[in-house]
Amino acid sequence: MTEIPHLLVHEHDDNVGVVVVEGLTAGTDMLCCVTHDNSTFRLTAGADVPIGHKIALKDFKEGDTAIKYGEDIGKIIADIEKGAHVHTHNCKTKRW
Amino acid sequence: MASKYSNMTVKAFRRENGRVGVRNHVIILPVDDISNAACEAVANNVKGTMAIPHAYGRLQFGEDLELHFRTMIGTGANPNVAAVVVIGIEPGWTKRIADGIRATGKPVSEFSIEQKGDFETIRAASWAAKEYVHWATEIQREECSISELWVSTKCGESDTTTGLGSCPTVGNMYDKLLPEGITGFFGETSEITGAEHICKKRAINEEVGERWYKMWKAYQDDVIFAHQTDDLSDSQPTKGNIEGGLTTIEEKALGNLEKIGRTSQYIDILEPAEMPGSGNGLYFMDSSSAAAECVTLMAAGGAVIHTFPTGQGNVVGNPIVPVIKITANPRTVRTMGEHVDVDVSGILRREQTIDEAGDALIEMICRTANGRNTAAEALGHREFSMTKLYRSA
Repeated sequence: MTEIPHLLVHEHDDNVGVVVVEGLTAGTDMLCCVTHDNSTFRLTAGADVPIGHKIALKDFKEGDTAIKYGEDIGKIIADIEKGAHVHTHNCKTKRW
Repeated sequence: MASKYSNMTVKAFRRENGRVGVRNHVIILPVDDISNAACEAVANNVKGTMAIPHAYGRLQFGEDLELHFRTMIGTGANPNVAAVVVIGIEPGWTKRIADGIRATGKPVSEFSIEQKGDFETIRAASWAAKEYVHWATEIQREECSISELWVSTKCGESDTTTGLGSCPTVGNMYDKLLPEGITGFFGETSEITGAEHICKKRAINEEVGERWYKMWKAYQDDVIFAHQTDDLSDSQPTKGNIEGGLTTIEEKALGNLEKIGRTSQYIDILEPAEMPGSGNGLYFMDSSSAAAECVTLMAAGGAVIHTFPTGQGNVVGNPIVPVIKITANPRTVRTMGEHVDVDVSGILRREQTIDEAGDALIEMICRTANGRNTAAEALGHREFSMTKLYRSA
């Protein structure tokens, strides 16, 4: 891969990905890579998102489930647009 | 089946009981908190020794006392330790710990302070420590198979890059070296919460999986639910985890579990600081997820090298076990490079595969076993933290 990816996604079933570059700005045409098979796609970043933080791969409605590693990692607690930042302000564990 | 890892050897120290150590420490071990000063004085008198001060050892009882003894004895018994001077306030518990270490066959001397005072105890213990230093410094490293290493893991200051890079690197190492016959440890009972359904299935059989689940559930019921004052959102994930992009405990746990790779299965479950007794293989140790406590417990269980994936940059070390830091986070490499032994940030750039990163870690394990000091050793990180189960009497 000659171009360095901006976003990594573990599995094809996942609906969130992880920013892996520093200083990502809104509007960036991100190269996204699914680590499971190194397949790629592109997505526009909807916000300035710090390295390590997650971006929505689809539009979410409150009550949806965030999937990462192909597993349930929590519930969406506010509507999220595709490309936007996903974190504690809009996603929470279902456990407590 | 022979692999390219089968013939790997390291130059290490073979101890009296046959175990292989990668360091050659002479330690001055206090039985209790009030013997720390005497131990530190001996270590100051005799260069090449190391005191291991800690906060406990008085008026403990029941299971908590058993854990104290197990941790003390296991620390002294660790193959990275050549010889031990044990100092306690009174002779009873001092002898119990010294005898426990003596079972390995290594030289142990014990001293107690009551009716002598610090001065006389320090004088006598210093003579013993000096003899041990002369003896230990003449022990030669010898060629040992990589399969004889006991390698533990626990991650810290995790973020989303640990699940993408540094934890899978450790997992790849275990997938390659466990079949060669190494003994492995993983644990962090509280941090499996969120991935317990997956961890249960990684046991070698259903019976071990059921025992693991019972142990995990007991932790939830007896510790978390008994003591929680809020929903734990402030502790799991930690503030550092959240800063690093981890949102929920499930996300954290799934990344954590990448440390046991794709194919590795655990063969048994250990109490905190318990030595494995079921032969070579991977063990789950019931342990705290706090870095220093967990590494201390695994060292007491007999691990001689610790592999420590970090995202945001944990700086922990251990007095007797070299802690190898692995990170995939390029910001941590840039801002905290002095703490990093294995940089696997190439995984995030898709310049390095997990397989290549696993090989890089195995190479660093061999170099560390051969004597290379880790970043934590060079920086003097010697965190020794006892796990305490409940209040003392």
